[in-house]
Amino acid sequence: MRAARGPVLAAAFLFAAGAAPAAEVPLPERRSGYDFMGPQTRGMQDDDMANPGMLSVLDGAAAWERKTGAAGKACADCHRDARQSMKGVAARYPRFDEATGRPIDLEGRIARCRTERQQAPPLARESRELVALAVYVAHQSRGLPVEDMVEKDARLRPFLEAGRSQFERRQGQLDLSCAQCHNDNWGKSLAGNPVPQGHPTGYPIYRLEWQSVGSLQRRLRNCLIGMRAESYEFGAPEYVDLTLYLMWRARGMKIETPGVRP
Amino acid sequence: MTAQALIHVPKKAKRGEVIEIRTMISHVMETGFRRSQSGEPIPRNIIANFACTYNGVEIFRAELFPAMTANPFLIFRTVAVESGTLAFKWTGDNGFAAEQSVKIEVG
Repeated sequence: MRAARGPVLAAAFLFAAGAAPAAEVPLPERRSGYDFMGPQTRGMQDDDMANPGMLSVLDGAAAWERKTGAAGKACADCHRDARQSMKGVAARYPRFDEATGRPIDLEGRIARCRTERQQAPPLARESRELVALAVYVAHQSRGLPVEDMVEKDARLRPFLEAGRSQFERRQGQLDLSCAQCHNDNWGKSLAGNPVPQGHPTGYPIYRLEWQSVGSLQRRLRNCLIGMRAESYEFGAPEYVDLTLYLMWRARGMKIETPGVRP
Repeated sequence: MTAQALIHVPKKAKRGEVIEIRTMISHVMETGFRRSQSGEPIPRNIIANFACTYNGVEIFRAELFPAMTANPFLIFRTVAVESGTLAFKWTGDNGFAAEQSVKIEVG
């Protein structure tokens, strides 16, 4: 298995580099990463008793009720029952943040609430508790369509374009762009694995390779490292712009959180 | 954070019926073979034992080892003999212990 990895990878990249850049995936042809998985992995995601992401949902539900910080407040003290108050929220992120004048993603918003409203020590990106809260909040939107936030708020437009240019820009030692795999060559194989279209509808996901739940930014970092490009600090504006673009690209698709991915 | 567990047991069963029990618990199952980014060995931290009792009688036991995945997921079957409680217990390194129980009605 290992030995075959090099040539297959190289072949896939050569093909990608040689092909003319294709346009975005047409709206009706968009497919979630779920459709590219094997039946066992799909079964794992579908069964709430077998989906390990649900453990993180339970962790998040407990954290939602836990009082913390100098304010002595839990998320639930302001937002009440997340099953109602957080329904559809994840489908509307990233959104424009007045305070910083740029988009903020769901994890960023939760981390901000934590320090400003609860006056608690900040939660690090990718920390177990922050990811659990994000999974719990996003889970409340499962089955709901991703909303087109750029249409609703024109202030997001320049950041959408920044995200798009990142997606289409070649970078790293392999001189690859995100678009070359996820627009031009989805459905083909990379090292024996299908290349999905790259829609962030299941995030935060339980990734079998990670053996844990992780955010979209962790997945983006993975891709950047695979391209041998420089990755950014978690929470960096580049990641948020890219998230905005990817969510816009997935507008109308259904949220699956917690997704399971190989 | 306390360990979360997902347990699936049918609420009701017929006497003599074979029932399927599914359990999953959140645990990192750190093998002890890995090193941190600074090169320090990461000590082993796994669940070593799992046991299930049915009205106090042990019906299933498993020993777990470092090769097990994180969040161990165990499926096993038993015969529904009487109404009562199924109790689950996980124990492991660093004094890890978690217990849960589920009621079942057998008619």
